[in-house]
Amino acid sequence: MWICGFILAVVTLALAYILIRFRRRDDGEPAQGTGNKTLEVVWTAVPIALVTTLFVLSVITARAVDRPLRAPDIVVVGHQWWWEVRYPASGAVTANEVHLPAGRDTLLQIDAADVVHDFWVPELGRKIDAVPGRHNYIWITAGRQATYRGACAEFCGPEHAWMRFRAVIDSPEVFDAWLAAEAAPAPQSAAADAVAGRTRFSQLTCANCHAVRGVNQQEPYAPDLTHVASRRMLAGERLENTSANLREWLHEPNLIKPNCLMPNLNLSDQDLSALTAYLESLR
Amino acid sequence: MSDTPLAPGLIADEYPETVRSAWLDWISTVDHKRIGILYMFATLVFFAAGGVEALLMRIQLARPDSHFLSPDQYDQIFTMHGTTMVFLVVVPMLLGFANYLTPLMIGARDMALPRLNAFSFWVFLFGGILLYLSFVYGHAPAAGWFAYTPLSEKGYSSRYGMDYWALALLGIGVGTVATAVNLIVTILKLRAPGLTIRRLPLFVWMVLVNSFLILMALPALNASLVMLLVDRQLNAHFFMSLGGGSPVLWQHYFWAFGHPEVYIMVLPAFGVISEVIPVFSRKPIFGYGFVAASTVAIALLSLGVWAHHMFAVGLGHAWDYAFGASSLLIAVPTGVKVFNWIATMWGGSIHFTTSMLFAIAFLFTFTIGGLSGVSFATFPLDWQTTDTYYVVAHMHYVLFGGTLFAMMSAVYYWFPKFSGRMLSERLGRLHFVLMFIGFHMTFFIQHFLGLDGMPRRVYTYPDLPGWGVMNMISTIGAFVIGISVLVLLWNMWVSIHAGAPAGDNPWNAWTLEWATTSPPPEHNFEAVPPVRSARPLWDLAHPEGGRL
Repeated sequence: MWICGFILAVVTLALAYILIRFRRRDDGEPAQGTGNKTLEVVWTAVPIALVTTLFVLSVITARAVDRPLRAPDIVVVGHQWWWEVRYPASGAVTANEVHLPAGRDTLLQIDAADVVHDFWVPELGRKIDAVPGRHNYIWITAGRQATYRGACAEFCGPEHAWMRFRAVIDSPEVFDAWLAAEAAPAPQSAAADAVAGRTRFSQLTCANCHAVRGVNQQEPYAPDLTHVASRRMLAGERLENTSANLREWLHEPNLIKPNCLMPNLNLSDQDLSALTAYLESLR
Repeated sequence: MSDTPLAPGLIADEYPETVRSAWLDWISTVDHKRIGILYMFATLVFFAAGGVEALLMRIQLARPDSHFLSPDQYDQIFTMHGTTMVFLVVVPMLLGFANYLTPLMIGARDMALPRLNAFSFWVFLFGGILLYLSFVYGHAPAAGWFAYTPLSEKGYSSRYGMDYWALALLGIGVGTVATAVNLIVTILKLRAPGLTIRRLPLFVWMVLVNSFLILMALPALNASLVMLLVDRQLNAHFFMSLGGGSPVLWQHYFWAFGHPEVYIMVLPAFGVISEVIPVFSRKPIFGYGFVAASTVAIALLSLGVWAHHMFAVGLGHAWDYAFGASSLLIAVPTGVKVFNWIATMWGGSIHFTTSMLFAIAFLFTFTIGGLSGVSFATFPLDWQTTDTYYVVAHMHYVLFGGTLFAMMSAVYYWFPKFSGRMLSERLGRLHFVLMFIGFHMTFFIQHFLGLDGMPRRVYTYPDLPGWGVMNMISTIGAFVIGISVLVLLWNMWVSIHAGAPAGDNPWNAWTLEWATTSPPPEHNFEAVPPVRSARPLWDLAHPEGGRL
């Protein structure tokens, strides 16, 4: 960056100096010089030296960032327009939230289910495409406890803007506790409306796309809801995860995220309350 | 222009007197000057369309969480903006200038293949109209001007927009290749006596190199468009991983065309700058041979840098190293050009005409665009900045601050030749100031948005600190640009009707197009002056010597 700034400063200053010094003074024609070989060689050689330096620095950085592969700790799959996040060793599955232990080297495998997406958390290093039909890998070693915003960085259709996610970095102990909780099957609330909601979840078409481990088995066409209430945001970061927002989302998803693939089920008030209560119980 | 004489015996014999009209003259013309003007006029109309699309996008993005456009509308508009500006504005505008000027600058009567020339234009125009008919059909293409598969495949873009897109670009692509062939033959075969390759005006040099680049790059696009159409219409799966194809293959094909395309869009602009700066510095170009040779170097290197658009795909280190190195290298001949232009001004007597102001602005903005380009070729930086607003800023610095500023310089420089009238310098300066300020206001701040993590091609964004303000500034800048374009159009309108007469050579320039009347007669020259150097008109004015 400072190299670029320096070159820009030199060019701008030279330009300004020339423009003032050699502005038109009279109608005579100036001396007709046509070139200078030494100068040409100098201003070819110096940039070559500069770009060579940049290249060497790039190679050093690249070799430091990408290390040899092993079995991935986390598999991230880009879908139109949400992120599936699986922890293969424990069986935990979540969505739009990547939890990472601070200080541990973590290997992520990045896949795509439909079109090309791109996994990007600016604070955690490089971005990498999620390409259907191939696996990409990225090493992340998060320094300290923090929450960062991530986004899909490759245009992937109308709701590309709301394919955002969080990267949550916890101390290893907190992370391990979170992972154990996330790997467990869905909690069974005894509250009446939650029980009603659970029944409606299976009766309505919800269960055709969403999985709640312990209730149904489902290919991941849509986010896993086993512990949905523990997440911070809904719908690819479109909404904060509050019970009012959740109810709005179930009521008219197409108003909140016009091209999302979740249909408007025209739920009755009763169903809305029951489903909201049920999903809220899935901590 | 209406009193330009008809070619004797050409139209008059084929049509009865009553059918002949100005319209028919223009539609049936094979005169390179008229075709050039048709190109420029058509691109002006498409430029207005692309500009309105840009303003719609900027209105949508002015505030976070805006509902001015739906996501689907936004995607159609940004796809059409990119496609329009690249394929219907920048490239054909350059072809228009090349068409009008190349025969005049080399002392020829017309292009080598005049009917092919007319064919190229009409194929381009109908291609453009076909593309815009997709709006009438109800859904414009919405997968981006780069149309990444599988998003552009039938499964994810089920309406016909992408088919319109592919067919339209195929037609335009065929026309562009034909024009490239035509320009190459014209430059190689029809030069005036004494006008050797080493005395060619630099604009013609760059048009020649550019035409070879078109011949090498465009077929990659044309072939991949056919493959995409076969995928969509005949259910093949060249680019679908499910059927054994590869989505990455499309990216390779597209950028194997797409990066040379960037240089196709900028080389003729370099040519314009290489004509304008010497004339208004009253000095010959500094290092003619180096400027010409660096063009060849850029063209050759540009064929081997495409995968720098794909550093985030995860192709592996070997790819990153090879394409990072070639992309860094291409900065060297580009830098050589900038230094030579600056050295041309050194010791000169600089005339600050509007044309020269745009050329100087080009030097400044293009340097910024070039340097941010170097920051992408250092691929670890690219892993952060690619697909963010940093890229949007960079490519507009190159294509708008670079090519379009050079085109504006060309308009002010050659408009007197085209029309016989001078453009108003007062309105010109107003246009320049507004466009320069508007441009930097719109795009400079986008560097920071990108570095702050705003992805590109999003129809809206969360209300993060600073994002709303920065986007609002950018939007205001875009409207300033819009006003500056209106000033330009007004200037052209006024000047055509009441501008000062230009005379043959208003700028006291040195190349052959200034040796004939403004506008030139249909046959271009009564007599071509003798050519003994790169500056035949300088030699005429200074018979005592001082030649190159």
